[in-house]
Amino acid sequence: MAEPVIKTNKLIKRFGNFVAVNEISFETYPGEIFGFLGANGAGKTTAMRMLCGLSAPTSGNATVAGFDVYKYPEKIKQNIGYMSQKFSLYEDLTVTENIRFYAGIYGLGNNEIKEKSAALINQLGLQNEVKTLVASLPLGWKQKLAFSVAIIHQPKIVFLDEPTGGVDPVTRRQFWDLIYDAADKGVTVFVTTHYMDEAEYCNRISIMVDGRIDAMGTPASLKKQFSASSMDEVFYHLARSAKRSAD
Amino acid sequence: MKQLFTFVKKEFYHVFRDRKTLLMLFGMPIAQIILFGFALTNEIKGSKILIVDYAKDAASQQLITKLSSSNYFEIEKSFADHNQIEAAFKEGKIKLAIIIPQSFYDDIQHFNKAQVQVIADASDPNMATTLTNYATNIIAGYQSSLSPTKKIPYRIVPQIRMLYNPELKGAPNFVPGVMALVLMLVCTMMTSIAIVREKEMGTMEILLVSPFKPVFVIISKAIPYLLLSVINLIIILLLSVFVLDLPVKGSILLLFGASTLFILTSLSIGLIISTVTTSQQSAMMASAMGMMLPTMLLTGFMFPVENMPVPLQVLSNIVPSRWYYIIIKNVMIKGLGFSAIWKETLILFGMTVILLGLSLKNFKNRLA
Repeated sequence: MAEPVIKTNKLIKRFGNFVAVNEISFETYPGEIFGFLGANGAGKTTAMRMLCGLSAPTSGNATVAGFDVYKYPEKIKQNIGYMSQKFSLYEDLTVTENIRFYAGIYGLGNNEIKEKSAALINQLGLQNEVKTLVASLPLGWKQKLAFSVAIIHQPKIVFLDEPTGGVDPVTRRQFWDLIYDAADKGVTVFVTTHYMDEAEYCNRISIMVDGRIDAMGTPASLKKQFSASSMDEVFYHLARSAKRSAD
Repeated sequence: MKQLFTFVKKEFYHVFRDRKTLLMLFGMPIAQIILFGFALTNEIKGSKILIVDYAKDAASQQLITKLSSSNYFEIEKSFADHNQIEAAFKEGKIKLAIIIPQSFYDDIQHFNKAQVQVIADASDPNMATTLTNYATNIIAGYQSSLSPTKKIPYRIVPQIRMLYNPELKGAPNFVPGVMALVLMLVCTMMTSIAIVREKEMGTMEILLVSPFKPVFVIISKAIPYLLLSVINLIIILLLSVFVLDLPVKGSILLLFGASTLFILTSLSIGLIISTVTTSQQSAMMASAMGMMLPTMLLTGFMFPVENMPVPLQVLSNIVPSRWYYIIIKNVMIKGLGFSAIWKETLILFGMTVILLGLSLKNFKNRLA
């Protein structure tokens, strides 16, 4: 098997007496779609922030894209993409300006930016909208554009924080096509979601409860383990045991 | 470096696409200069006065002519009875009454001393003080026009010269004030809003996850507003020179140097506000309540700081615009050099260093 892209070992994050993330250990591999599930307040966001190099862990080990999270957070940033539920495009900038801006802050060269943005616009079928302000694009397009922009610098991993919040099922399905496409090209997709149908799309899932990872495996194996007919049941079974209330 | 350039370019898009804000930013200083210059002025012109002249002699005539020839006063009635005075005040017809006693000329001739009574409507104390000052000055002027012919021993005649602003115009007072206000507004409010907007839109997270350094985010946010502030500064100075006839007496370079320092101070305050607020609205409120009000009230251009209660005077010391205001007045109106403003500059510099350090520290802690 290939080298893991993310590797954590007993990773802990404490805020005072509160243990937000409690000894999580997992690995993800190139081209894998890894679903990171958990109720609100289970510690998903805190874990993700540590992996993105935004906050230092209290203890434990983790490497992302081969770089240690304590020592090389800046190197990690160069190798990851990120997209949140709030999108991440500037509404008062045009499609092209947004693409160029994000490519620009990742330090891509001028020629590369031109090539990449042309390819991206073709892929998304946005040829007629290049000079349109993002504000006037339909939600589904914005979201696809945001995802494409998040991987424009060809990161090894892309973190998606509830990327499909508030989007209709058809658009969500189309969005997942983009995710599969990226995974086929070898990008590791690390995605959090509240939609259990989306959980089924993932290669592998981990479910966090009260800061711990209580279950991990392929959707099929998890359903078998908890003798459930759907991911929904698996999730409820685990989340019921949570002592922490959602914030 | 190229990344920084990309970011600054993006900031300019934001600024120029938001036409309404842009219009406000440039319209405001112009409107303020014109308002303060022509509408809201401390000078009181053409006040109606009543003169009760019991003397009716050559001397009293001369004095009345002097009073009426100044453009401060307009004589409502000059041979009235003193019983009419109170009625006229009550009706609000007049702001000031002057009574010249019967023996006015004789007293001057024989006793070298005469009295004139000045009665003012002190329901507006500022106006009453100003008007009595005008009247006293005119009477003093009349007196000194008499004295060369008289040889009076031991008389002290004050020779009053109003330095830097002989006509007692309001502009020298408020132009520096407007400068402080506008720079404060543009730099503090606009920068804090621009940064908080990224937080509100969720784009700040993306920027923090990117290799782009947070410090560069701040620098790129500051550059467009720095430029806008300088343009605003130039507009204000041009208006003050060509519309208000208020020339810059001191060094322009020094003026811009001090202004740049003050812009930095304002930017750091904007930064601090952006680290403690999470929505554009609260950032705006914090800048308005936290900075605009103290700037207007405690800087000294609307109300003299010296007259305030001690706690407010102490408080005014931590308002940066107070020091900037002193610097601008000294350089622009009095034409003084750096040696006259080094103390204020040092205070402003110290404030900037502290504020900037605090905001950078806060910025890292809050966002990262």
